Amino acid sequence: MIRRHRSHPLWYAFLLHRISGLLLALFLPVHFYLLSLALTDTAALDGFLRWTDLTIVKIAEFGLVFLLAVHFFGGLRLLALEFLPWSPRQKALAATATALAFFVSGSFLLSAV
Amino acid sequence: MPNDNQMMVVSVWRSDGSNGRFETFRVPLRASQTVLDVVTWIQRNTDPTLAYRFACRVGMCGSCAMMVNGQPRWTCRTHVQKVLKQNHLEIAPLRNLPVIKDLACDMTAFFDKWTAAEGVFHPTRTRDNEIERIDPESPERVTANAAIECINCAVCYAACDVVAANADYLGPAALNRAWTLMNDPRDGAGAGRLDAVSQGGGCHNCHSMSSCAAFCPNELNPTASIAGLKRETVKAIFRGGK
Amino acid sequence: MLDTRLYLLQRISAAIMVPLVLGHIAVMIYAVQDGLSATEILGRTQGSLFWAMFYGLFVLAVSVHAAIGLRVIVAETFGLHGKILTLLTAGISIGLLMIGLRAVWALTIGGSTP
Repeated sequence: MIRRHRSHPLWYAFLLHRISGLLLALFLPVHFYLLSLALTDTAALDGFLRWTDLTIVKIAEFGLVFLLAVHFFGGLRLLALEFLPWSPRQKALAATATALAFFVSGSFLLSAV
Repeated sequence: MPNDNQMMVVSVWRSDGSNGRFETFRVPLRASQTVLDVVTWIQRNTDPTLAYRFACRVGMCGSCAMMVNGQPRWTCRTHVQKVLKQNHLEIAPLRNLPVIKDLACDMTAFFDKWTAAEGVFHPTRTRDNEIERIDPESPERVTANAAIECINCAVCYAACDVVAANADYLGPAALNRAWTLMNDPRDGAGAGRLDAVSQGGGCHNCHSMSSCAAFCPNELNPTASIAGLKRETVKAIFRGGK
Repeated sequence: MLDTRLYLLQRISAAIMVPLVLGHIAVMIYAVQDGLSATEILGRTQGSLFWAMFYGLFVLAVSVHAAIGLRVIVAETFGLHGKILTLLTAGISIGLLMIGLRAVWALTIGGSTP
């Protein structure tokens, strides 16, 4: 399904970074709108927040935190790649970034359930 | 060791420049065979109208670069045994370049971008001046040397997805060359080159996917070179240069 | 279609957000314990100048960062460029800025206690 010239680790790192960025950008307006209900309709905000008691919602939140964390750590790797002297360990750094993202979002999930 | 009667199924891209399709050939599998051997066998034994390029056939000119099973490679340096999948092989012209005929693509855009990126040496001395002394151990020379073995085969250009997505993007080879010249104190292009690599199709479009470095047969790393260019353009802004 | 200026804006907004993202994730891990409620959240954020500044800066940086990021995706996926691409980028950043700052206002200085 993924074309043959793309099946290498740093390409997947790029894909993960792009998809996480896109999904976060699409999520933001929803996030901002819900939070601004604190101004106009706190009861509605509370109603929405009650959904977060559901396990499936907590798992979705875990997904969101993972997206943010993986975009963040992957972004750190890119900032280092572009502004610091070249490191030949890009694959290891990309793997570390993903691992850290799982660690952080996993901590969130354990905190949430 | 393959027996002499074993035949493989080879799909080869045929095109007149505008319309193309894969054509299937049955080719005998031989020991130590390269993909270039396969293409040559087809042209000499089955279809003399098959168009393709090669020159040195020993991995130093880059002319025979093609897409083999979807990956850009030098066909003279690709052993069939390493890439044969269920007795099948797929050969196509390099990606991201217009096709002239069959497996031969038009390299004009590739070289135009080389020039546009100022991958061109601008001399600062003449034959009447003393030869400029360059210390081979100096950091700039070590940096330049790491990237100068490019033979313009366009494998990196074919591998790059930003080239595919952005027609203006100068591409890994051109930018890599610009970086080597930026590290050459004999070159006089200076700020002009920084401008050239900062235009709409410049180095800032690189997403560090690193397919270029993954596929370069000379093991060059355009991703690192482009990162160097990005650093230089940013430094220039803070120096008030741009 | 990314020139040095836009590229630099993208990287600078990213750098600004490094401590903000870490802070936000830490806050979320803390806040999500024992469930979320408007009362609990607003109790922490209402009238807080610190949270207003923290999230205000976050919104500013993310409006720039997300707009430029989407610009690249739109240009590479749909081939848009020139004026329409610039208009789209500006529109996204202004839109995010407006609704983002409104949310910050709602949670800190402007909102009423629940």
